[in-house]
Amino acid sequence: MAIFLDENSKIIVQGMTGSEGMKHTARMLKGGSNIVGGVNPRKAGETVEIDGKELPVFGTVAEAMAATGANVSVIFVPPAFAKAAVVEAIDAEIGLAVVITEGIPVHDSATFWAYSCSKGNKTRIIGPNCPGIISPGKSNAGITPSDITGAGPIGLVSKSGTLTYQMMFELRDIGMSTAIGIGGDPIIGTTHIDALAAFQADPETKAIVLIGEIGGDSEEKAAAYIKEHVTKPVVAYVAGFTAPEGKTMGHAGAIVSGSAGTAQAKKEAFEAAGVKVGKTPSETAALMREVYAAL
Amino acid sequence: MDLFEYQARDLFESYNIPVLQGIVADTPEEVEAAAAKIGGTVVVKAQVKAGGRGKAGGVKVAHSPEEAAELSKKIFGLDIKGHVVKRVMVAQGAQIDKEYYFSVLLDRSNRTFLALCSVEGGMEIEQLAEERPEALAKVPVDAVTGIDLAMATSIAKQGGFDDATAAKVAPVIVKLYEVFVKEDATLVEVNPLVETKDGQILALDGKVSLDDNAEFRHQREEMERDVLDPLEAKAKAWDLNYVKLDGEVGIIGNGAGLVMSTLDVVAYAGERHGGVRPANFLDIGGGASAEVMANGLDVILGDPQVKSVFVNVFGGITACDAVANGIVGALEKLGASASKPLVVRLDGNNVAEGRRILAERNHPLVTVVETMDEAADKAAELANR
Repeated sequence: MAIFLDENSKIIVQGMTGSEGMKHTARMLKGGSNIVGGVNPRKAGETVEIDGKELPVFGTVAEAMAATGANVSVIFVPPAFAKAAVVEAIDAEIGLAVVITEGIPVHDSATFWAYSCSKGNKTRIIGPNCPGIISPGKSNAGITPSDITGAGPIGLVSKSGTLTYQMMFELRDIGMSTAIGIGGDPIIGTTHIDALAAFQADPETKAIVLIGEIGGDSEEKAAAYIKEHVTKPVVAYVAGFTAPEGKTMGHAGAIVSGSAGTAQAKKEAFEAAGVKVGKTPSETAALMREVYAAL
Repeated sequence: MDLFEYQARDLFESYNIPVLQGIVADTPEEVEAAAAKIGGTVVVKAQVKAGGRGKAGGVKVAHSPEEAAELSKKIFGLDIKGHVVKRVMVAQGAQIDKEYYFSVLLDRSNRTFLALCSVEGGMEIEQLAEERPEALAKVPVDAVTGIDLAMATSIAKQGGFDDATAAKVAPVIVKLYEVFVKEDATLVEVNPLVETKDGQILALDGKVSLDDNAEFRHQREEMERDVLDPLEAKAKAWDLNYVKLDGEVGIIGNGAGLVMSTLDVVAYAGERHGGVRPANFLDIGGGASAEVMANGLDVILGDPQVKSVFVNVFGGITACDAVANGIVGALEKLGASASKPLVVRLDGNNVAEGRRILAERNHPLVTVVETMDEAADKAAELANR
């Protein structure tokens, strides 16, 4: 099963003909993703050869969907044009739009999110500023390396890209149903809760690792959600205990403002919901091993 | 980026939002000249990005240019919550009748914008929200439809304004929202928004925060910024994502989440080694070339507090052999100025080749350790020697 992305996913790449788009399209193809084309209005009608495969370029997302049956778009468009690209994906009502682009102005993200809401959220948005989503052995939409781990029963949802990779690596002998990086920006599409709900409903997922970091209240909300709705075991990790107040730590959203958004508050919220929290990534992986062994 | 009050004032003025005359000054002589130019009663206000200026003695009323200059001598050099006053704004005095509150900000939690409005302004908004929550209207603002005059009027009425005052305040709210959108702000706050005795609405003090991600569509190069720590300034010049902290273990890693995690793991390890702490946050991002690694090491080794360095890389997109070559190249480039021990942990993409390169070079300062926890322990131990 996996969540949001599986062997039936047909992927187009918005911004495929740019340097990042080309590089990561080749990587996704190598990893076995079914990429069926790209979108670039200035190169519509052309084909591009990537990793030995001829890929058609379409003028719009809607045209690409009509011609290929695509149901997923991965967006590598630069920040200045990202809002228009996401709005186009929403208008075409593609099922999933994965926004990899880092550095999108938050007004643009707020605007495409509000637009998506006004259109009934028919397109699931993942990101922006995220590594994307991988269902090992089935499909990979984004920049996550395809070979860190194989398929297995653990679901992973994380704000951070490299911590996603690190956790996939730590648990590679068990494997993952889906690993999803939701992104480190202040406004994102898919949240921790959305992923938790999907993992709870996914029969292939037996246990869940949740990775959070300072800033916002996504983790606190996730903790409350777990308490009410999640019966599968969840283990959590939170990064940023040593982050000082008022300093942005790499991710645009990773900032402690006053007493809000601290790692300590998030940890306490998880523990109050009965979720075990690891002090380090490796301790978190060890906790998951214990949980898994007891299943 | 947070603006100084005078920058917010100037920005408001450029959007035709009613503000009082205000002139910045860096010396008592400039204060005197500014006060003479404005005439009458003036207020000398410290320009620092910290709350509680009034209580700290950073705001003073003067009735003549000479008095303004004299009073400013007590404000320049004042330390307000760690911010030393180097600049003041000399503002025209106002006959204030009533003080109100308005702000519009990014509401992360609800993924929308939020307008806050109250007929009871003047005090700190956190205090108002706590003591009289019913007096503070919180109105969600749709990013697509925004705030038009009807919406602004509704916000004002929800904030407790009577019809006549709401009609006067609403056009100012519309303009403040225009600032919020056109300037890519994450916060536009006016506290107090005042009504003068002759019935004028004025934005008396403003706080504005701008989104750094939107710099590409604005001309902000000439805006005065907070003076950075010298190491932070050096890192910024190289486009490195660096935050100075006050510990002894220098940190370099790839990816914001992994680096934050590395700081935590080092702090825990430090508990076993004399309480050493991380010295900085430094994310070199994907594709760490020898140059980026050298620049990063250069910044970190320039921190006199640093006693050891922990390089923590998980090769996702980045290949570990490239990182290893980066470290070797950086040490060669830095030569004798690289004088502190480096603990390196590599994992992921092409790790065997990366470790082989470091083993072959066998640099006396470099220790390669297999796991993140062991590496943090080693780095903390070395920093405590």
